[in-house]
Amino acid sequence: MTAVLEVRDLRTEFNTRAGVIRAVDGVSFTLNRGEILGLVGESGSGKSVTGFSLLGLVDQPGRISGGSIRLNGTELVGLPESELRDRRGREIAMIFQDPIATLNPLLTIRKQMMMAVAAHSRMTAKAAEARCIEVLQRVGIPDPVARIKGYPHEFSGGMRQRVAIAIALLHDPAVIVADEPTTALDVSIQAQILHEMRSLAAETGTAMIWISHDLATVSSLAKRLLVMYAGKVVEEGATATVLRDPRHPYTRGLITSLPAIASPGEDLLQIPGTTPSFLSLPPGCPFAPRCDFVESSCEKMPEITLENERMWRCHHPLGLSGAER
Amino acid sequence: MTAFFRIDQVSRAFAPEITLGDRIAAKLGAQVETRSLQAVNAVTLELAKGETLGLVGESGCGKSTLGRVAAGILPPSSGTVALEGKPVLINGHKATTRIQTVFQDPFASLDPRMKVGETVAEGPIAHNLVSRTKSGGYVAEWFSRVGLDPSFAGRYPHQFSGGQRQRIAIARALAMKPDLLICDEPVASLDVSIQAQILNLFLQLRRELNLTCLFISHDLSVVRHVSDRMAVMYLGRVVEEGGADQVFDRPAHPYTKALLASVPKLTLDDEALVHFEPIEGEIPSPLSPPSGCHFSPRCAFAEERCRKDLPELREVEDRRFSACHFAEVLVG
Ligand SMILES: Nc1ncnc2c1ncn2[C@@H]1O[C@H](COP(=O)(O)OP(=O)(O)OP(=O)(O)O)[C@@H](O)[C@H]1O
Ligand SMILES: Nc1ncnc2c1ncn2[C@@H]1O[C@H](COP(=O)(O)OP(=O)(O)O)[C@@H](O)[C@H]1O
Ligand code: SF4
Ligand code: SF4
Ligand SMILES: [Mg+2]
Ligand SMILES: [Mg+2]
Repeated sequence: MTAVLEVRDLRTEFNTRAGVIRAVDGVSFTLNRGEILGLVGESGSGKSVTGFSLLGLVDQPGRISGGSIRLNGTELVGLPESELRDRRGREIAMIFQDPIATLNPLLTIRKQMMMAVAAHSRMTAKAAEARCIEVLQRVGIPDPVARIKGYPHEFSGGMRQRVAIAIALLHDPAVIVADEPTTALDVSIQAQILHEMRSLAAETGTAMIWISHDLATVSSLAKRLLVMYAGKVVEEGATATVLRDPRHPYTRGLITSLPAIASPGEDLLQIPGTTPSFLSLPPGCPFAPRCDFVESSCEKMPEITLENERMWRCHHPLGLSGAER
Repeated sequence: MTAFFRIDQVSRAFAPEITLGDRIAAKLGAQVETRSLQAVNAVTLELAKGETLGLVGESGCGKSTLGRVAAGILPPSSGTVALEGKPVLINGHKATTRIQTVFQDPFASLDPRMKVGETVAEGPIAHNLVSRTKSGGYVAEWFSRVGLDPSFAGRYPHQFSGGQRQRIAIARALAMKPDLLICDEPVASLDVSIQAQILNLFLQLRRELNLTCLFISHDLSVVRHVSDRMAVMYLGRVVEEGGADQVFDRPAHPYTKALLASVPKLTLDDEALVHFEPIEGEIPSPLSPPSGCHFSPRCAFAEERCRKDLPELREVEDRRFSACHFAEVLVG
């Protein structure tokens, strides 16, 4: 397996008047060719900022304050904006939750796609248009030759998201970061897009980071899973293994909170409390105020444990030592 | 026997939105869309006392419109809504306080300039459920019942998290002592862990107060979790209704079947990465629904007849309804 993206100890912070927000706080992972990696966590855990950081899209008052991002062997942290811009869209692309934000309402789809082609390659207009139509077809836009002449508002939400995906595919990027791309869509449309993304990754070798708050969606797509809490990855491993046998109490709480796991009408095993503010994190483990297994040792920040291709950050991991809890 | 709550042949149309551009185009002699949009079409539903009916369907199918009509907030174009035989709307105005609502966005439904305690007390005082002098204690009681510290009553909505605001909205609705609670996507904008807390609270209060509920959600697993019965809507019509377990385990309509199959399942199996099956095609515009069965362009079971005859919702088994010509084959 060849690694296309290697992220080590990535740190991104926002310097706000109220204090420093460490939205990404020591995130590490490796993404292989054709692999779909799931990144889950609740709102505010740092998923989107992680995605933006990978594309060098963190603006003031934010900055990448440390760590390394190697894309196809090239270090991106510290590269000048001009070089990042050259790679963005060509080697690494991003899809957002709201396709409206990506598409310009005043321009036809054709115009926007032609501009995206011209940003990174020199082709005749004819070849460029053929490429646009090819990717539109690839993502399931019916009758792309006619539809490419339309404006974004003439497309449904699902179709707009397909166009955004098509634009991301134009230059065959090595990596696509997809930030909640189906969250705003209906179930039946979401299923179509998930289906297409899965075959895309398999057929083109494009690797994906699939960001979502929905464990079920991620589990149907990603073989590996990262769980984020308060800017840190608290658990990583093969998706099915992590879901079946979580090590981190937060991962377990996320799973048992799902009504799909419980019997109808039965109380859900909930996580007490609310997600913490980055500005008032407890010392030590950030999950401690909500954790059923907290002990005095949790006042120290748990280090990373690596074992059997799994990772967790907890002083008292679940499912080990036979002592069932 | 009259049902505890009955929605009878309710339809609701909306006039087309006519923009300035349309008006100019019309002046110039162009054809402008004047058909009205049929958001809800001849829907009949019944709830027995203490029962929760889940209402599911994809965006724009008419769930919220039906919910608002059922709550007496929006008059229907035709049809009636009655609680224990008494009409909910009289002369276009809501004629009962026995029905209360909880909506998706608690922020939009709470007055930002009012202390949350006053928001909760307002209705009960206006309807003489409690005197102004005793309202402080009454509010405190409801705050503790929904899991909020009663000392928070003096705060404003922006000082609360999304989950807490939803607790306040629930307290406000229940402080009116309703017999029927209509919830429209009450957990849709909440994080998973907070959603679980609110669902648990809902189940607990429903038990304690013996509430009857209409629970609207696009999330099938949430609906299954809380509902006794369930209705599925597609393009303004109820296409299937029945016991929640029956509908989930043995759907009697191809749309229900396809919808259930298209939801990704949480899988614990390493290899089987196929746990959903997409439905083909887009949801048609409610301005020009397909002829015959509205689901026919996307239906794997469609036959010639489906494109001509609109199937009526009919009882295919005891208290089990489907609007498919071939429902018997599906459940059979
Ligand atoms: N005030 C209105 N004026 C015009 N059309 C409306 C109005 N309210 C709703 N509609 C239309 O009626 C149809 C049903 O809308 P409704 O809000 O009931 O759907 P819904 O099932 O609740 O969808 P969602 O899951 O997105 O909340 C839609 O096509 C909608 O655009
Ligand atoms: N431009 C910004 N300025 C200050 N804080 C920010 C900014 N962008 C994001 N954050 C903070 O970073 C944290 C992580 O945010 P985000 O990555 O968007 O979360 P997620 O995508 O997991 O919901 C949040 O606390 C958020 O408020
Ligand atoms: S380190 Fe301690 S507080 Fe943190 S998750 Fe593990 S057991 Fe809970
Ligand atoms: S009536 Fe025909 S088209 Fe409609 S759901 Fe049944 S089989 Fe499908
Ligand atoms: Mg985000
Ligand atoms: Mg709605």
